[in-house]
Amino acid sequence: MNGTLRRDRSQGWLGGVCAGFARRYGVDPALVRVTFVVAAAAAGFGVALYLLAWLVIPAGEAPRRRRLPTGRGAVEVSLGTGLLLLSVLLAFRALGIWFSDAIVWPLVLIASGAALIWRGSVGPRSRPDPAPLGVPGASANRPVAAEPAAPAAAGPPASEPATTAASLSRNGIGIALVIAAGFAFLQATGALNAARDVVLALIASIVVLGVIFAPWVLRLVRSLTAERSERIRSQERAEVAAHLHDSVLQTLALVQRSDDPQQVAALARRQERELRAWLAGRPAPGQAARLAPALEAAAADVEDNHGVPVEVVVVGDRDLDPAVEAVVAAAREAMTNAAKFGGGSTVDVYAESTPAALQVFVRDRGPGFDPAGVPADRRGVRESIVGRMERHGGRARITSSPATGTEVELLLEAER
Amino acid sequence: MTEPRVVLVDDHSLFRSGVRAELEPLLEIVAEAGTVEDAEAAIAEHRPDVVLLDVHMPGGGGVEVIRRAAAAELRPTFLALSVSDAAEDVIAVIRAGARGYVTKNISPAELADAVRRVHDGDAVFSPRLAGFVLDAFTGPAPEPETELDLLTPREREVLQHIARGYMYKEIALRLEISPKTVEAHVSSVLRKLQLSSRHELTRWAADRGLGL
Repeated sequence: MNGTLRRDRSQGWLGGVCAGFARRYGVDPALVRVTFVVAAAAAGFGVALYLLAWLVIPAGEAPRRRRLPTGRGAVEVSLGTGLLLLSVLLAFRALGIWFSDAIVWPLVLIASGAALIWRGSVGPRSRPDPAPLGVPGASANRPVAAEPAAPAAAGPPASEPATTAASLSRNGIGIALVIAAGFAFLQATGALNAARDVVLALIASIVVLGVIFAPWVLRLVRSLTAERSERIRSQERAEVAAHLHDSVLQTLALVQRSDDPQQVAALARRQERELRAWLAGRPAPGQAARLAPALEAAAADVEDNHGVPVEVVVVGDRDLDPAVEAVVAAAREAMTNAAKFGGGSTVDVYAESTPAALQVFVRDRGPGFDPAGVPADRRGVRESIVGRMERHGGRARITSSPATGTEVELLLEAER
Repeated sequence: MTEPRVVLVDDHSLFRSGVRAELEPLLEIVAEAGTVEDAEAAIAEHRPDVVLLDVHMPGGGGVEVIRRAAAAELRPTFLALSVSDAAEDVIAVIRAGARGYVTKNISPAELADAVRRVHDGDAVFSPRLAGFVLDAFTGPAPEPETELDLLTPREREVLQHIARGYMYKEIALRLEISPKTVEAHVSSVLRKLQLSSRHELTRWAADRGLGL
């Protein structure tokens, strides 16, 4: 039993009114339906009540996948609506309230057509969920209205156009029914000849007006489109200009005022990095809690502070956690050492992150040193690199020789 | 061995003249070109051994130059030279047929060395390109049975060393193999890069309109 009264479209035949009542009060839907049909026989009272309930009671968010794919679709609904109305009219006739036979069939046709059109436009959006493209299960919870469209559940990519086409043809049939009803009514009342003249005159005027105004309308539409895309373009240009003002032009101004080549180089490199990040659509260094941006930010700092180029290559990426942050901090220390003692050579940083391990290499081509010979009071290597890695369950290895320079390898393996 | 004859293709004349000044003492530069059309004409006229090729140019960029040269049955060796860091640019020009990729901040001596190496038939990978390749070949391959879609452990090791900034000779020393073997591994990776149908590579190439 459910708390509030909602139409249950997943189980319903028409609008789910009966099923909704049944759900709410915990009775068999068939019972409610029979009650309605009996009430309908009583001077159409049940029909009116049903339509009222359909309008008033909101549709529930019931899980739609529970509905069996029986394909009870728009056609049945439209037929049902037409027959219901027919029964109402017949009931009226039996009561002696009667106008003319001429309106019976037109009314029934109109009702059927309207049911088709309304069901298409008022019913649930027939667009399948956009997310699970290519997921086979996506067809299971496709909205009800889409069912007649793709009964064989042809692959999800194909279902959207099929759904649109089905809804179009449904609307088309509905409109045709309504128009046919209009003609039938006119025919029956003998007004068709008069109406034909009116319609002809109308069509002629529409054609004439169309010929006169079509180019103008077309041009208007085109110019509106052009104006719109021009506006979008100029907005984009304004954004780019704003960014260039804040970054590149600022740096260029600084460069013009500076006569220190090293500072100019540092400015240029920082600007280059920032511009690359912007072009690549990455967040500026220092914002994201991921390994690659964090390493790039560290490299940027070292570059700025020591004026030595630091090249960072990262393969794979991962979120920062305390251990990964420790690796980044150790790598920053290694970069700083490489920049200080590497004799001005480019510092190469390579990080590879896999689910099993995180490895970072920091390398310079400087004169090298003897790791064992580092005095105990030089805390840089011992504490900030080796000690820090060991505290977080990792390892650091330093290889150094005058021929090849120095390389610090940081390794953090997944526990497990 | 004779020095390779080089055509320099870049749409920035300032950059061209800078590279020319740096390389002139080391290599023979036979022509410069600033557009795709000029490059096509210069390649047809001078028949260079190596074309130093900018990735980004109006009118299709380096990829278009390679395509037109191939259409004219001219097959000089292409070495891509770019400021671009974007994987799709780099992978696209490699898949179009370039034998290597270096970034524009490379030193003149290293650039001359790279030109000679591609001329000798080697592949030249910058650390960044090595990183891209490792990235692309990490993760499950769509059809693991094709050897083109997977790197061997040795190739992976060699690429990792390139990404760490090692020269081929240093890699040979560290892995205790001959420099020729290192070259062979890199050439094999280049071949896979050009022929593999790995999703990452085709996507990168497709982003640049390369129907491969």
